[in-house]
Amino acid sequence: MSFALKFPVPRVDQIGAEERAAKFTKRSIKNEAKAQGLKMAVAMMDLTTLEGTDSKGKVTHLCRKARQPMLAKYDCPPCAAVCVYPNQVAHAVKELEGSGIPVASVATGFPSGQYPLKLRLADVKDAVDSGAAEIDMVISRGTFLEGGLAEVFDEIAAVKEACGKAHLKVILETGELQTYDNVRLVSQFAIEAGADFIKTSTGKVSPAATLPVTLVMVETVRDHYLATGKKIGVKPAGGIRTAKQALQYLVMVKETVGNDWLTPDLFRFGASSLLGDVELQLAKLVDGNYQSADYFSKG
Amino acid sequence: MSKKVAQLKFEGGWEYAPAPETTPVPLKSKYELFINGKFVAPKNGKYFRSVNPATGRQLTRIAKAEQVDVNAAVRSARRAYEKVWGPMSGAERSKYLFRIARIIQEKARELAILESMDGGKPIKESRDVDLPLVSAHFFYYAGWADKLDYAFAGKTPQPVGVAGQVIPWNFPLLMAAWKIAPALACGNTVVLKPAETTSVTAMHLAEIFKEAGLPPGVVNIVTGAGEIGAAVVEHPDVDKVAFTGSTGVGKSIAAAVAGTRKKLTLELGGKAANIVFEDAPMEQAVEGVINGIYFNQGHVCCAGSRLLLQESIHDEFVSRLERRIETLRVGDPLDKNTDIGAINSKEQLGRINQLIGAGLDEGAELHASSCELPGEGFWCRPSFFTGVSASHRIAREEIFGPVLSVMTFRTPAEAVARANDTCYGLSAGIWTDKGSRIFKMADQLRAGVIWGNTFNKFDPTSPFGGYKESGFGREGGVQGLLPYVRL
Repeated sequence: MSFALKFPVPRVDQIGAEERAAKFTKRSIKNEAKAQGLKMAVAMMDLTTLEGTDSKGKVTHLCRKARQPMLAKYDCPPCAAVCVYPNQVAHAVKELEGSGIPVASVATGFPSGQYPLKLRLADVKDAVDSGAAEIDMVISRGTFLEGGLAEVFDEIAAVKEACGKAHLKVILETGELQTYDNVRLVSQFAIEAGADFIKTSTGKVSPAATLPVTLVMVETVRDHYLATGKKIGVKPAGGIRTAKQALQYLVMVKETVGNDWLTPDLFRFGASSLLGDVELQLAKLVDGNYQSADYFSKG
Repeated sequence: MSKKVAQLKFEGGWEYAPAPETTPVPLKSKYELFINGKFVAPKNGKYFRSVNPATGRQLTRIAKAEQVDVNAAVRSARRAYEKVWGPMSGAERSKYLFRIARIIQEKARELAILESMDGGKPIKESRDVDLPLVSAHFFYYAGWADKLDYAFAGKTPQPVGVAGQVIPWNFPLLMAAWKIAPALACGNTVVLKPAETTSVTAMHLAEIFKEAGLPPGVVNIVTGAGEIGAAVVEHPDVDKVAFTGSTGVGKSIAAAVAGTRKKLTLELGGKAANIVFEDAPMEQAVEGVINGIYFNQGHVCCAGSRLLLQESIHDEFVSRLERRIETLRVGDPLDKNTDIGAINSKEQLGRINQLIGAGLDEGAELHASSCELPGEGFWCRPSFFTGVSASHRIAREEIFGPVLSVMTFRTPAEAVARANDTCYGLSAGIWTDKGSRIFKMADQLRAGVIWGNTFNKFDPTSPFGGYKESGFGREGGVQGLLPYVRL
């Protein structure tokens, strides 16, 4: 490898990593801890719609949902951000005016990244110019898998530059990287290339986010913080559909990298259907009984 | 330790609410002896206190057997061996064992809770490790009962007779299963003596034997202190002795059995080396070391109680361990979020503290979790020593608590030499990304069980047992049948 990273990349044992992740799912989160955790999950949620059918109406609806996810009596915080395709950014920014909720845009030829670099950079600049405060870029997995680490590194650095003030989330697409060794390596070089966040997946590839994959990324972030004092965020996206899963991720973050990461500044969920189940659980804690999903507004 | 730029904060913030396992379990206020299929009072009418180590208060009272009760138990076992169990076909015996295994599965939850109340181990371990292995052992040996003719090529195995079995307090029900299941599968009958501090679940196992319709006398259980164990071992009508426990007691048992016809297996102490190379999967090695020493409060004979680190990674690995022990949750064994429960008894806590004192006196540096300990009961912070020399007591003696001794090595050859530098030889762990190195070293390590890039993995199909003063004979697997048959 003609390419040298500043910090070491330890090997990852698949069985051990998966066993460790499974242990976090054994934690029992009850009562006030559950309520607090669920609200935290909402406040960390990038409410997302990334469909060919996305329209202004759909985006409007999503933005209003992000401002007020539930009836006021449940005391539910607003979501962290709304995540859309570049074409919808300007509209989303308008809809969220005054709410303090940022708009995140996927860019760089999402989800495949298989476009010339200059088009991907133009994609980023366009989204930023439209008002996106956060950019979710995809890396060139094909280039990485054929050994072009330096090239991918340079691409991330170029996108970071194109972002200007916007925060950069680098999507690794872990389902295509396949091995935890790859995930650890790409996490480290994405961080060194300038990522503010590292993100698991586009949501268009299966498997998307899993607990062990996210654990490996959180461990990378932790080691980088301990070595440099710099805090990088992590965003699992895709496949997180239940409140229970969300709590397991929070447990993993808390016990791996500590309380400082339990904030939307450093941990996000990319999700489109998670909010519904979280609402259901939050309402149960307030009302004392489960309600039919029909009682909750749809995203 | 050196000053660090960045610190992780694990205290405060989002706190888990208490998640206690509900406890309406059929705990009795008094437990009798189990002889000839009946629960009977000891002849002298005496009982002793069994303490919940998480509170230090009395949990229940246990029958205090004497020689006369042991005689009755052995008589009953002999009768059952000659009249019923010995002559019974293997296929019939296996039906009973399968039935026992299934009932254990059905009652797993209540047995796990009782195990945690009586012994202090966290419910997540008794629920997720002990109980699944207990039923797995009965299932596994149930499968052997009618296939013994195929276990040893060209031989027709015959049962040995009456087995006297003495078990320890660290895995009360699991050790009972390890002993009873292969003995019964091979056609032997049993007199079992559980550890003094952890007899409760053995008596619930006796209830399961009754429920399964196991013929009277096939398993008999006598409770009491060490002298009752000795009475079982020394009884002239016992044909086979199996003991798991300390090396000191094991030696006296070996002496007592010498010159008799009795077959003997011993599973004794350990001081296992966990060897971590610089190319190891670092994160998983840390977890393996943590699991190796803090699992079951370190009350594990195969615990990885010596950590051998390649010199180049010593400082980094030590700071990773320091951070990791801060996230271990010590407290109520019945809380589902507890990682480390109570020390099994006041006496054991005393022994652990004495050895910690010896480590400090000899100049090693102690690193302990800053966790708060409950006000009552018996507790020890998860901790480890650095700056340990191979001649220190904490490097040579089994602590049998949540205390790890860290040392270093430079080359694979030195790692092997240091790992073998002990009178024990029960287990070892090797952590490296290089598979060939694992196999090469495993050939040179004098230990019965060697784990590669993992630790504390148990399975009924896999034999377990020691080299040197860790004992002899194997439990588990086809090898686990051998102590219970005549070929």
